[in-house]
Amino acid sequence: MAHLTYEESKKVVVKGLIFLGIITILEVSIALLAKGHIIEGFHLNRTFYSILMAVFSLIKALYILGEFMHLKYESKALRVGLTIPFILIVWGAIAFMHDGRSFEQRRERTVDQHFPEKPPVELKVKG
Amino acid sequence: MSNHTTVEHHEVDYGQAWQGGDKPLKAGYGKLMMWYFLLSDAFTFSGFLIAYAALRFSSATWPEADFVFSTFPGGFEHKPLIFVTLMTFVLILSSVTMVRAVQEGKRENQKGVVLWMGLTILGGLTFLGCQAWEWTNLIKNEGTTIYTNPFGKYDTDGVYINADGTEGESFKAGSGYLVHRHHGEWAPKKYKVTSGPEAGTIKSQVFGPREFGALFFIITGFHGFHVFSGVLFLLIIMLNVISGIYKKRKNGYEMVEKIGLYWHFVDLVWVFVFLVFYLL
Repeated sequence: MAHLTYEESKKVVVKGLIFLGIITILEVSIALLAKGHIIEGFHLNRTFYSILMAVFSLIKALYILGEFMHLKYESKALRVGLTIPFILIVWGAIAFMHDGRSFEQRRERTVDQHFPEKPPVELKVKG
Repeated sequence: MSNHTTVEHHEVDYGQAWQGGDKPLKAGYGKLMMWYFLLSDAFTFSGFLIAYAALRFSSATWPEADFVFSTFPGGFEHKPLIFVTLMTFVLILSSVTMVRAVQEGKRENQKGVVLWMGLTILGGLTFLGCQAWEWTNLIKNEGTTIYTNPFGKYDTDGVYINADGTEGESFKAGSGYLVHRHHGEWAPKKYKVTSGPEAGTIKSQVFGPREFGALFFIITGFHGFHVFSGVLFLLIIMLNVISGIYKKRKNGYEMVEKIGLYWHFVDLVWVFVFLVFYLL
């Protein structure tokens, strides 16, 4: 941590610990709240909850990458070179989730066609 | 080979081209290679996690994490996500001690490096121990393997039918269940559906999607293997620090920094494993 004195960089460590700790506690509390463990019968909207959790995780990941792995203080070429490939991951995540949905619908349709009299009860309703 | 190496000097103007010697990315060779290895490793993990997402989306039902992961060592039950939160904290703590080790290395403080690396190794071992308990509990007590997944989720409301034909406890749609074993045999409970178009029919608990078990053990296993190899490398490098090899190099313990990058990456991956397996 060349940009900081030794004492300052020690403080960064404590700050990082508290920051990551608080976000983790927040995540778990919201997870328990969203799934009805804290208030009886209360559930958060699934999509909203998933996006919220993904954002929390991204914040944690960027913090670890930037401060702990020190990427924030590396040369710009290295930072950019290591970040750009992740565009592929963003594409992959979106594309394959979409594919997954499509698999599900096709599976249902196939089952409907071939077993019209016997609905596959164990493969229904996604909650 | 020959003593008379003739070097032909062509008149080439290299201009501003890089000719070696300096570090255009301001990082040493080893550190750069560690970054590129981590980049490729990130792609491997992303591939696994995206496969998980695709398979989960393609399944009509999926076990709820807060139901599956709700045991705590010492026989505690119905403690959703508490144990994995503890595991997450262990890993964050070991990441923090690793940062301290790297900082002490920059100051060429050999004793400090050894102390903080030792604590990091302890954290890594604790995490592995926790994971071993979690796997044992899932495999031995609950019967989840890469082929079998006894965790399911009800898609309708219902009421259990006891062995003598009377009605027992009722449950709501969306609640999780674990198909129990009786003397080593699977013993799915019978229940009467009380909501939806099939209300009144008697059904038997079915296994959840088997992909769940396979994905869980392969992905957390792959991550656990990273933790395990990380602990080994930390141990080797700590022994080297004790022997004084890096002190002689006078490069601010760059090797400790490299293994530090790897260790933080393991923590970074856990953030996403935690997200997809336990939170969502």
